[in-house]
Order: sequence, then structure tokens, then C-alpha cells
Amino acid sequence: MSSETGVETAAGARHRATGRRMSTGRAGDKIFVSAARGSGILVLAIMAAIAIFLVWKAVPALQDNDANFLTSEDWNPNATPPKFGIAQLAFGTVVSSLLALIIATPVAIGIALFIAFYSPRRLASPLGYVVDLLAAVPSIVYGLWGLLLLAGNMEGVSKFLNTVLGWIPLFGGDSPGRNSIFTASVVLAIMILPIISSLSREVFVQVPRANVEAALALGATRWETIRMAVLPYGRSGMIGASMLGLGRAMGETIAVAMVLTFVPGINVHILEDGGSTFAANIAKSFGEASTTGRGALIASGLVLFVITLIVNMAARAVVARRKEFV
Amino acid sequence: MAKRIEVSGLHAYYGGVHAIEDISMTVEPRSVTAFIGPSGCGKSTFLRTLNRMHEVIPGARVQGKVMLDDEDLYASSVDPVAVRRVVGMVFQRPNPFPTMSIYDNVAAGLKLNGVRRKSRLDEIVEESLQGANLWNEVKDRLTKPGAGLSGGQQQRLCIARAIAVQPQVLLMDEPCSALDPISTLAIEDLIAKLKSQYTIVIVTHNMQQAARVSDRTAFFNIAGTGQPGRLIEIDDTSKIFTNPEQKATEDYITGRFG
Repeated sequence: MSSETGVETAAGARHRATGRRMSTGRAGDKIFVSAARGSGILVLAIMAAIAIFLVWKAVPALQDNDANFLTSEDWNPNATPPKFGIAQLAFGTVVSSLLALIIATPVAIGIALFIAFYSPRRLASPLGYVVDLLAAVPSIVYGLWGLLLLAGNMEGVSKFLNTVLGWIPLFGGDSPGRNSIFTASVVLAIMILPIISSLSREVFVQVPRANVEAALALGATRWETIRMAVLPYGRSGMIGASMLGLGRAMGETIAVAMVLTFVPGINVHILEDGGSTFAANIAKSFGEASTTGRGALIASGLVLFVITLIVNMAARAVVARRKEFV
Repeated sequence: MAKRIEVSGLHAYYGGVHAIEDISMTVEPRSVTAFIGPSGCGKSTFLRTLNRMHEVIPGARVQGKVMLDDEDLYASSVDPVAVRRVVGMVFQRPNPFPTMSIYDNVAAGLKLNGVRRKSRLDEIVEESLQGANLWNEVKDRLTKPGAGLSGGQQQRLCIARAIAVQPQVLLMDEPCSALDPISTLAIEDLIAKLKSQYTIVIVTHNMQQAARVSDRTAFFNIAGTGQPGRLIEIDDTSKIFTNPEQKATEDYITGRFG
């Protein structure tokens, strides 16, 4: 305490000594403070306004709903009486995103490790750019590519997985097809690859030189050094990166909407055609929806918002824990 | 366990920069050799050429010969990884693995060498920590993070990690420069004890330390900024500090420069 007071006293004396120069920045400071505070408040106000609007629109539809909103697999908000529930959408969203994460994470971390430790220096930064560029491709392009090219070629892969892994219910079913949740997951995996890869790369580059040298000096090979000093150090960073990727996969709309063929009801056989996600369902049904239909879609959007929020908060919590550790 | 090092005509470069020039010396087994000299004279660079750690810096390369008994460390058939398993190193700043426990830090090198049996690991970890005069302080908290120890303890942990794999030679790059006097004393006592088993080479900026711990002392110097570092002279420590052959050595140890 006493040392702080001492510092303040010294600073105060210095301020008095240079009193005139101190005043020069005042007007600028005030403008900047109010601009910053204003922007902050504006963001919160807009968020609150959106939330209030969505809830206001969603509540009447939820009141008219004749089915359980959380557990029903139907989506018939335009019928009388309206019956709709998010079970199928939640299933499709969570399964396709998790599967995308499982496919993307090992590849993304492999790319990050290659760029950070294995590639020749001259190749490293162009390669990083190319990976980051994947993030800049519009999702409609991924959707077109997924629908026109990938879906056609997925049939063989799907049949193979069905034959080999058919004993797992997820890969079971009788008619593996093209426009399945599995195909959507592959498209999503490619879309979230860059975010996971570039965040992991940042973490790997930050591994202290001293740790790497400690491992090398013990006689570790490059791979052993990575396992000993790099991966443990970057673990929570990698977890955070994948969670952010997961958040992105859950919110992805148009690419998934284009790939999936809508078939009502939850189908755990993800190699078969069908399935839907929150965002894809909104994109597909909004045009011909009645007032209740729109309210129902907005309600489903709120659920997606909550799920994404939880995932993102979990990701940030994991990333923040890292800071304490170092 | 300890081996003789014989260096002849060694040059080291960082990219286009000639860092050390034409160094030749012999380091006897079971002795402590200290490297002294002003900053930037190439002592640390030279030390790092002895376990092929110099070359991990991009663009760095070495010319010349380093013999460990009768094996040339820079022969084309020699794997640098294998060299580092027999020539251990302790760094200037204590660098235990921050994500590992005390136990795992010491066991890290052993696991690289394929020691997997728990009982054998336990045994060597205890031996090494005792060898590093750290066992009594940490035996009740082996599963706690190594980074939670004090600076001096961390450095002894790093020494324990280095000797756990029973190297032929132990290189120490200013091991006490980040430590307080009490911890420094602990490390110096440890060096005196380890001398009976290992060939030790220590870089130090502290001339009293060199006088206290070493049997032989090598003085390095540079002619000027941008010039490569050179070995001025190497002799018995008592001779270097009382009656050196070279004028530059005398000037340095009497504090006339550096």
C-alpha cells in the first residue's frame, strides 16, 4: 500500500510541475472516452433490442404450439393447430458440427504443426496465407461445391463406411446416400479447418524457445520435442480453437441448407439422406412461413443462439485458463 | 561415464556472421572447465557446439572437429539427437517443462531413452534428485508442477533432469546468473560433487565463481564489435588467476576491462 501512495505522490508532483502540458490532451481524451463509451452502450442496446424483438415474435407462436417445443420431432408450424419442436434440428446441428469437428481438428493441427515446425521457412508463410484464405471463401461457394461435386463423390465413401462401420448405429442404415448429414459434416469440416488451424498455429509459435531447447538438449527428436514441449503447452489453446470452430459449424446456414435433403424426423443413420439443422431450416422455410411459422423459426433461432453462446463461453473459459498457467 | 573432449580448429557461424574462430582445446574427464570472457565473445556459442545445439538455430553452422574420446561429433554419420543424449546441458534460465510435474520433468529424458518400468523410473528419479541435492526439498511433492519451485530449486531440477540420463559430459551455460547467492552456493556445491562422475564445462560471467569451482579456466575475447570470438588462453585455474600468460587475460581478470 505504502509504495503505491509513494508512487502517486511522485506522479502528482510531476503532474503539477508540468501542469500546463498536462491540459493539452484533455479535449481529445474526453471525446475519445465518450466515443468509446457510446459505442459500447450502442452495441449492448442493439443486442438487447434484437433479443427483445425475437422473444416478442417467438412467444405467440410458442403459445399456439400444440406439441412440445423441446422434444417434438415435427416441424409443421403452418398447420392448424401448429405442431413444431426442435428435436430434429438440435440433433442435426449437434451431430453434424461434432462430426465436422472430429474430422477437422486432427487435420488442422497437423497443418499448424507442419507450418510451425516442419515446413521450410520460405514455404511457411505462403502456406499460412493459403489456409487462412480458405476462411475467406463465401459459404455459398462451399454449398455449391458440396452439392454439385462433393455429394456425388460421397456416395462411395458413405457406402464404404456403411459396410465397414455399419455396426455403429450412426453409420448404420440401409440406403447410404449423397445428401446426408455426413456429407454436410465434411463440408463443415473444410469450412472450420482454417480457424482451428490458424489459432493452433499461433499457440504453437508462442511456445517458449527455452522449452523447445530443453527438450532438444535432452536428445529429443523433432516429433518427441513436439510431444514433450509443444502439444502440452498448446493443449488448452487447441481446445479453445476447436470450440470456436464448433461454434462456427453450428451457425453455418447456407452450405448445409444446400447439401441436405429434408426428410422429417430424427434419423440416427447419418449416412442416409435427410436431417436438418437450425440454421438450414430457417433458411429453407422462412420464405413460405405464416406468421406462426415465422415465430416458430425465430424461437428455434433463439435456441441455436443459446447453444452457440454456451459453446463460445466454454471456449473462452478454456482459453482464459491458459493465461493463469503461464 | 565421463569422457574427454578434444576440439580442434572449430569455427561457428550464424548465417554470414563468423561467431567464433579457430578454437582448439582439450577438456579432461572428471574435471570442471570454466569459460570466462566479456559478453559476446562466443563462450556460449562454443559451449553449444559441444552438444550440437548450435545448429538448431536457423542458418547456424559449424566447421571443425569435436572428438568425444574417439568419436567425432560432427562426422556425417552421427545423429545430433544421439550426441545430445550423451552430452547434457543446463541453461542460463531454469527451464523445467511448465506442464510437467517435478517427477515427470526428471523422468522426461529417461522416457525418451525408452525406460518405461515404473520401479526403475522411481529409482532413477530419486537418485537424480538426490544427486542434484533437491530430493529432501521435493520428495513430498513430486506430483506438483516443476514450475512452482523457486528459481534455485528449478535450476537444480534442470540439473537432475540432465543427469538422470547419465550423460558423459555436462554443459552449463551460466547456470547461476538468474539465481540469488544462496542458490548459487547450492549449485556450486553440487558442481563440486558432480565432478567426481562427469566432465563438466561451465560458462560463467562471475570470475570468483570460475575460481571457486573450476580446475581449468579458458579465457575468450573478441578483437572488436563484429569480430569473431577467439580462445585467448586455457590453463589451470590457479595459474590463470595468478599468473596468466597473456596480457589480455590479466587485464580482464584484474578488472581493467570487461
